[in-house]
Amino acid sequence: MTAGAVLSIHELCKSYGAVAAVDRISFEVRPNEIVGLLGPNGAGKTTTINMVLGVLEPTSGTIRIGKTDLRRNRSKALERTNFAAVYAPLPGNLTVAENLHVFGLLYGVRGLRARIEEVLADFDLQRFRNVKCGVLSSGEQTRVGLAKAILNSPHLLLLDEPTASLDPASARDVRKRIRAMVTACQAGALWTSHNMLEVQEVCDRVLFLSRGRILLDGDPRALPSEHGKATLEDLFIAVAREPLSLGGG
Amino acid sequence: MRAHRIGAIVVRQLHLLRGSPARLLPLFAWVAVDVILWGFISKFLDSVSAAGLDFFALLLGAVLLWDYLARVMQGVTMAFFEDVWSRNFLNFFATPLTIAEYVTGLVATSVMTSVIGLTVMVVVARAAFGLSLLVYGPPLAAFLGVLFVFGIALGILGTAIVLRLGPAAEWLIWPIPALLSPFAGVFYPLSTLPSWMQAVSRILPPSYVFEALRAIAAGRLPSGRDLAIAAVLAVVELALAAWLFSRVYRRAVRTGLLARYSAETAG
Repeated sequence: MTAGAVLSIHELCKSYGAVAAVDRISFEVRPNEIVGLLGPNGAGKTTTINMVLGVLEPTSGTIRIGKTDLRRNRSKALERTNFAAVYAPLPGNLTVAENLHVFGLLYGVRGLRARIEEVLADFDLQRFRNVKCGVLSSGEQTRVGLAKAILNSPHLLLLDEPTASLDPASARDVRKRIRAMVTACQAGALWTSHNMLEVQEVCDRVLFLSRGRILLDGDPRALPSEHGKATLEDLFIAVAREPLSLGGG
Repeated sequence: MRAHRIGAIVVRQLHLLRGSPARLLPLFAWVAVDVILWGFISKFLDSVSAAGLDFFALLLGAVLLWDYLARVMQGVTMAFFEDVWSRNFLNFFATPLTIAEYVTGLVATSVMTSVIGLTVMVVVARAAFGLSLLVYGPPLAAFLGVLFVFGIALGILGTAIVLRLGPAAEWLIWPIPALLSPFAGVFYPLSTLPSWMQAVSRILPPSYVFEALRAIAAGRLPSGRDLAIAAVLAVVELALAAWLFSRVYRRAVRTGLLARYSAETAG
């Protein structure tokens, strides 16, 4: 375990009966690092993220956020953690500003009014301030979710397909903002995506998951050639279709 | 427990109430209608009965207190249902919010909404029918306290049931006060009931409250021992409901239900 790691996962398992959704995975996310968590549907990416968020209890293994053991002190561990996921939009019956207010209180954000103004500006949401989230487009809702995700200036950011419903220009903009936030806060991010070009652009390192296990770990720009593939997408397809050829059991 | 996280749950409900007349109106409209309906029934019975009973204190007062209990319960369940309807569990429970803070926030929300309902009931009953709750004297504080604690217990039980069985179980929760009212003896002495129903009544704190209310309306002193039993029962049942909710929540975290809560995944 590296001193100063933002996230340290050791021998993490989640089983449902005889089925292992996540099978003894270990990895770290360091400050100023964006780690891509890649793999086909059902590989265990969202299960891993849910365990890190404390909404799913691991069968075994440990999760440390900073120096805090998640199982022993969940609230402290999550104070400087946040997430955005395409499947977890903010409540549609509150306005953008109201949602940010409620979540700012939950995270104990200091100087909340000013911070809300900052994130509204960061994601170009000022004009939607008093609009109920439920009537926003999916792309606008995604930006609100991202604004919530950086509201508490997290040390650990978990992003589950954060740009899935954004147009290419907005997606590029979001990637820049998150990279800037990670650098400015010396934060770490765990990022899942099925867009391999995006992964190559934004991630410092990638972990390929298949059937709950980490098959590959490395630089997204170097990994394809190391495994005889032309692109990261080719490597992804190989992991999805032929995990055994890459060491998956 | 952190006050700002409990406050967030209350603030969320305030935002919802402020922006939605459909949520605001039921806080007082239906209780006001109930008071008016039972006020006129009491007035009619007062005019035709030769028994010398105070039907306002006996019936209207009982309805008022029963509605109060239902409001307290619904204050908890409604705030919880807002999270069910907006599929908000993942967002909330991925924050530092603890389950104790969340439930305390629901209770604080219920205090806020039930005080609004009680105030409207008291004002309407006083203005339209001249009934003051002060007619019950000092035991009124015990009545309100017992009904509040039991209402919270019912609310927490209801949320545990919906968390365990899924959003469709919401329809099992709304009728709970109506299901309990025959056993609680809101309108008649418990001695009217068959023995098996009386056995159920003995574990329901409101049944002691309404017996005491009838004693006062008949000019007798209520039993302090019975009110003490009611208070102990209410506290014990609140603790049981909180324990059950905690177990259901832990199971939801263990099985992954909390992260993907919907009608399709619960069960």
